[in-house]
Amino acid sequence: MKYWREPLDLKDIRVPHGEIHVLVERCKGCGWCIEYCPRGVLEISSEINSKGYHPPMAAKANACVSCGLCELLCPEFAIYVVEMEGEVVLL
Amino acid sequence: MSRENHNGVLSGEFFMQGDIACAEGAICVGCRFFGGYPITPATEVAQRMSERLPLVDGVYIQMEDELASMNAVLGASWAGVKAMTATSGPGFSLMMENLGLGIMMETPCVLVNVQRGGPSTGLPTLVGQGDMMQAQWGSHGDYAIIALAPSSPQELFDLTIHAFNLAETYRTPVLVMTDAEVGHMTEKVVIPPPDEIKTLSRRKPDVSPDEYQPYHVASGEWTPPMAVAGEGYRIHTTGLTHDERGYPATGDDQAQWVLVQRLIDKIEKNKQDIVMVEREGLDDAKVAVVSYGIAARTAIWPIQMARQEGIRVGLLRLVTVWPFPDEQIRELVGQVKAIVVPEINMGQIVREVERCAGGQAEVILVPHPGGGIHDPQKVLNAIRKAAGRKVED
Amino acid sequence: MLKMNGYRLDKTLETHVEAEGLKEEIHGCHPMDDLLRTDRLPHIWCPGCGLGTALTCFLSALRKSDLNLDKVAVVSGIGCTGRVAGYVRLDSFHTTHGRAIPFATGLKLANPELKVVVFSGDGDLVTIGGNHFIHAARRNMDIAVICVNNFNYGMTGGQAGATTPIGGITTTSPYGNYEYPFNVSALAKASGAVYVARWTVLHARRLARSMTEALLKPGFSLVEVISPCPTGFGRRHKQRQGLDTLRYYHEHGVIRHGADPHETDIGLGGALIEGKFVDVDKPTFLEQRVRRLEQVLNR
Repeated sequence: MKYWREPLDLKDIRVPHGEIHVLVERCKGCGWCIEYCPRGVLEISSEINSKGYHPPMAAKANACVSCGLCELLCPEFAIYVVEMEGEVVLL
Repeated sequence: MSRENHNGVLSGEFFMQGDIACAEGAICVGCRFFGGYPITPATEVAQRMSERLPLVDGVYIQMEDELASMNAVLGASWAGVKAMTATSGPGFSLMMENLGLGIMMETPCVLVNVQRGGPSTGLPTLVGQGDMMQAQWGSHGDYAIIALAPSSPQELFDLTIHAFNLAETYRTPVLVMTDAEVGHMTEKVVIPPPDEIKTLSRRKPDVSPDEYQPYHVASGEWTPPMAVAGEGYRIHTTGLTHDERGYPATGDDQAQWVLVQRLIDKIEKNKQDIVMVEREGLDDAKVAVVSYGIAARTAIWPIQMARQEGIRVGLLRLVTVWPFPDEQIRELVGQVKAIVVPEINMGQIVREVERCAGGQAEVILVPHPGGGIHDPQKVLNAIRKAAGRKVED
Repeated sequence: MLKMNGYRLDKTLETHVEAEGLKEEIHGCHPMDDLLRTDRLPHIWCPGCGLGTALTCFLSALRKSDLNLDKVAVVSGIGCTGRVAGYVRLDSFHTTHGRAIPFATGLKLANPELKVVVFSGDGDLVTIGGNHFIHAARRNMDIAVICVNNFNYGMTGGQAGATTPIGGITTTSPYGNYEYPFNVSALAKASGAVYVARWTVLHARRLARSMTEALLKPGFSLVEVISPCPTGFGRRHKQRQGLDTLRYYHEHGVIRHGADPHETDIGLGGALIEGKFVDVDKPTFLEQRVRRLEQVLNR
């Protein structure tokens, strides 16, 4: 991230990192998580589950900041994020 | 003359109106929730409950209509409290769908119908007995129901208590089918001391929440033990056809068979414990009067007159109208040659009598569209006709 | 021929899965799974339906509220939203159409320790159940009502209801609805609700926060949840997928806290006003009752 002036506490800020888990069999391919991830982490995958839907995959897994919006938005309880201890996202 | 103790039982002897006696009976047996709506001639039950329930830590709520009343009663029962409502014909019709919900969810509760002349708005202040078939068939689908018919304020008191006990035992709504005459009549009512009042409550589960299944019935039993909301059992129940876990099982026809069969059997197969009748003067009878509620009471004088004329006639009074006392009627049919059925409707329970008689005895209906009790002459004439005597005006 | 083993079923009913391994993979991992009846997932709602999101927000709100979950009871009616009761691992009651609120009233009055939540749809709560809705609000009955509004009767295929906007195409308004609809939030406020908020499922975090507030607020609280129904409603209005409807909410949603609900009518097109509209304090039904009885009876 480019700053016009470096924030004074930049070295103290630790942005969390999350690991995406997809429960492939629950997904119904609605696409909401992909659309609204603020970091563009998710993309539609080419694999299909047993119902014929394409679940999401974490294409930019490193960018995930564990905000949890995908987990909250998903209507199927098919995706959740686990905050990784000690890992930091470099902005 | 009366003393109230901590559990609300007003022991003593009273000159009491039927509706009031009904409310008192409910309180004696532990009813602590009334959800209702004013309707003549049942309003006095609601009024009395609104006065008495706050004094015994119970809750009275006047709901916005009878549909809400029935549902509030079911909700209260599912929170573990004995609950009832009281209404008349028009309200009874409104309660039908949710009576079905109560039956399907197996919810103990009591519904008192103080019948009045119908159909529709009919005769609000006058007696009728026109809801008797509706009691069994009023809600859609197949089910069995228990309906009691008192003939006096004392009996209304006693049967309200009994209705609660039956409801808790069989996990079903129980109907008390009284009428405007009994409801608004004032007569002697004796309220016994609390230790003489039999009080039964629903069976609770004896397993942990992880093992409990809301509709699992142990072999040899007819109903499942009932866990209610707030006890940590995390129950689910639904009006949809459900399996033992309480989950909808609409895709499984076996679940429908098992459930509906049991809902019917739990009452029909326990008739020997549920059905109550009263016999008077039937030992040597050749003619029987079969009746219930106020109509049975007003048949007493015609029977006495007939006896004086030498007709051997007796009374079989149905205290339980549903499940119908098939056995008792069949037994009677083996003994008498004709049955007279006076009822304050145009012929409802008479059909059940005819069904059981199977053509083996003549069945004579004495109908009345409602609005008053039977003209005793008409009943007497029917008895005379049944006995093969000449009918006089 | 059917075999009946007394009154017990011969088999338990479980979702058919291809392999045992898959079943283990599915259930138990998701953070919400302990609040769900996972043996009944996947749920019946269509792809792109917002109900799953409304439910997720509700479960998240429940956790945040710190309520004793053994004392939370969920009552629902009939319809797609009504199926919520069947999926939560709480004391839950799936009652008749329109009658969830009086059932909830009975539950609450018989055991005031319970936190009673009514979770049902617009058709169930304000169309057939309209009478019960306004009376429970009038009484300030202490229940939290989550009304999912998708502007039609979805379960039965997409018929018009009391919230269908003018011009709305449904199976029973094939030429476009010409009946004035209810504004659910306005109805709640006018009837005396002490908390009224409206959010779309897109605004999930704010929705969850409002649900927490509603759960913790004594009195009649209403959270109106605007949700896509692609199968029943959306696809008849150029929103073939739930995602299209979410994009619509993104574009048309306007947050106006404290707005007068009477000025927030929802039409086809135009602003979709959301926010916390009402948050006042008023004694609940039970508080009023206790106060009056204490005064008069000294008890």
